[in-house]
Amino acid sequence: MRHIISLLMENEPGALSRVIGLFSQRNYNIESLTVAATEDPTLSRLTLTTAGKEEVIEQITKNLNKLIEVVKLVDLSESPHVERELMLIKIKASGAQRAEVKRTADIFRGQIVDVTPSIYTVQLTGTTDKLDSFIQAVGTASIVEVVRSGVTGIARGDKVLSL
Amino acid sequence: MELLSGAEMVVRSLRDEGVKYIYGYPGGALLHIYDALFKENELTHILVRHEQAATHMADGYARATGKAGVVLVTSGPGATNAITGIATAYMDSIPMVIISGQVPSDAVGTDAFQETDMVGVSRPIVKHSFMVKHPAEIPEVIKKAFYLAESGRPGPVVVDIPKDMTNPTDKFEYSYPKKAKLRSYAPPTRGHSGQIRKAVEMLLAAKRPLLYAGGGVVLGQAARQMTELAKALNLPVTNTLMGLGGYPGTDRQFLGMPGMHGSYTANLAMHHCDVLFAVGSRFDDRVVNGVEQFCPTAKIIHIDIDPATISKTIKADIPIVGPVNTVLDDMLAELKSMNVKQDQNVVASWWKQIDEWRGSGRLFPYNEGDGSIIKPQTVIEALMEVTGGDAYITSDVGQHQMFAAQYYRFDKPNRWINSGGLGTMGFGFPAAMGIKLSFPEETVACVTGEGSIQMNIQELSTCLQYDLPVKIVNLNNGALGMVRQWQDMQYNSRYSHSYMESLPDFIKLAEAYGHVGIRITDLKDLKPKMEEAFAMKDRLVFLDIQVDTSEHVYPMQIRGGAMRDMWLSKTERT
Repeated sequence: MRHIISLLMENEPGALSRVIGLFSQRNYNIESLTVAATEDPTLSRLTLTTAGKEEVIEQITKNLNKLIEVVKLVDLSESPHVERELMLIKIKASGAQRAEVKRTADIFRGQIVDVTPSIYTVQLTGTTDKLDSFIQAVGTASIVEVVRSGVTGIARGDKVLSL
Repeated sequence: MELLSGAEMVVRSLRDEGVKYIYGYPGGALLHIYDALFKENELTHILVRHEQAATHMADGYARATGKAGVVLVTSGPGATNAITGIATAYMDSIPMVIISGQVPSDAVGTDAFQETDMVGVSRPIVKHSFMVKHPAEIPEVIKKAFYLAESGRPGPVVVDIPKDMTNPTDKFEYSYPKKAKLRSYAPPTRGHSGQIRKAVEMLLAAKRPLLYAGGGVVLGQAARQMTELAKALNLPVTNTLMGLGGYPGTDRQFLGMPGMHGSYTANLAMHHCDVLFAVGSRFDDRVVNGVEQFCPTAKIIHIDIDPATISKTIKADIPIVGPVNTVLDDMLAELKSMNVKQDQNVVASWWKQIDEWRGSGRLFPYNEGDGSIIKPQTVIEALMEVTGGDAYITSDVGQHQMFAAQYYRFDKPNRWINSGGLGTMGFGFPAAMGIKLSFPEETVACVTGEGSIQMNIQELSTCLQYDLPVKIVNLNNGALGMVRQWQDMQYNSRYSHSYMESLPDFIKLAEAYGHVGIRITDLKDLKPKMEEAFAMKDRLVFLDIQVDTSEHVYPMQIRGGAMRDMWLSKTERT
């Protein structure tokens, strides 16, 4: 099963390399990873998605918690949460295709953020599933370039990850 | 407040931390620190001949005293030479602080002379690491390094210091912090009381319990509590390779070590137990053998300070996260407060079964042969006799290590010092030196082989310089014994590169370094010459003992099988 693990860590050089190193060192799977500073400049928030058996996920969270720079950790997928991924996608848009790309982007509530006579660049936000579906709908033949941010997320309701 | 340079701060911080010995080797990036050391009278610096030996000396000191060993190495090759020793300490959870010099900050990343990304290279084998960014933070970083190394599950911590951080002309206010503050690190201090009660109840109701104790008992200073609990519940006990001495090795309740080269009795008891009480042990692959077939009838109680160790390979039914000493204290208190009593008949019939397995002979039987050739097992038995079973014994890695673990019966913790996790050849001799330095009155012997000893033999020179009269017991069988054993058993005796041609004359070698060498080739000389060697309290004696090359270590578990599946000799299996 896929898990979204979100953690707060010291905003120090080297902290990120320890997190990444752990995954390669212990042969854990990592699908996506995002990281940026928080409102508290001493802390970074890192969100990663991984998949594996429950025992492996348990080991991953335990070993992440063991890293000295990791302050707090939550497995978002264990409770209700909001997850989002951002995608920027360049699509061939000439001739009859041009209107069709625009319509598809509208259906998915995407925004066209850059335009040339032959290309639309669409910005799309949503779950990983939604972004995958959009790519499918457009068709790989029309896609020029895709860039995705990786998943980030936050718990629903009062639950917060803070010190 | 006092003004000190970064270099002076390093030295003062170590002194204020209570450090007595530093094991190291100078180099360009460390010269400011070495100059500050020149003026220091309270710290003793031991100049090794290779940085790997510095780490093993610090490691031996740490294993014998429980305090972090301190290593000082220069940038580049100095740092990389220390890596094997850092990994050795990491695998066995040994507290160590490694201070490495680094090229000046403005040269970092430029492929400067003797530059290595030490923080990067050591990352997977340290508990934590620091790179000093400003001289004024040196005291705080060093305090944190010791706190991290020694608390919780101990381990090595690297402090990388660029040369400009130690510049003698840049002075800053110095004060050594009393406590380290880390908001993201809080090792547990007690176990969960509900889990502790459940564990005691399970042990009281057990029909075939077994206490399986590891290195955590030694590191966590819990031998006393564990022995008390084992006595109170009349539990059979098996200590892992790392846990030997955690429970008295000569006691009736002790069944020997478990696992790949564990005793017949311990492995059978483990296979058949109904409650496996794991204390500070980590279900290492050299213990459990085939995971699928491991202890088919057992419920598992697992105490460990590291939550990531629990249910890593074998799922625990009652996990308890906490320091083994306080958890065992709480278990003892819980046991006293309970009204439930053990069914003595049930316990007695389990012991009857164990005693049948154990028989009346040696815990590890072997064929003594006709006496024409010395058996390595006999050497360890003689060593046990000559030293009264009370020496600090270090070992290298291979057959001699297993023989030492099987035949020297340790009654006290911290006396058996070996590289269990990483299996580092070359560990034993420098480790023995580190111990001898701190316990000059104690007998310290390194059990080794002609393969392992040559991996750090240069330290014979250091021993002369600092007067470290350790005893080296070299089980010389002229071959890499454990490799040869596997080649016998699995490769039809094709001895691919497992023999040593052109071995040195170890006697002359010892003499060349200013020590005493004694060769033993005849069984009748074994004890008298060994006694002679150990009577020379103030000399390093290198005992080169010619032993049987064809000898194997038994029992040997059959790979992928259950605990009970073992070869008992070259022709006999369970």
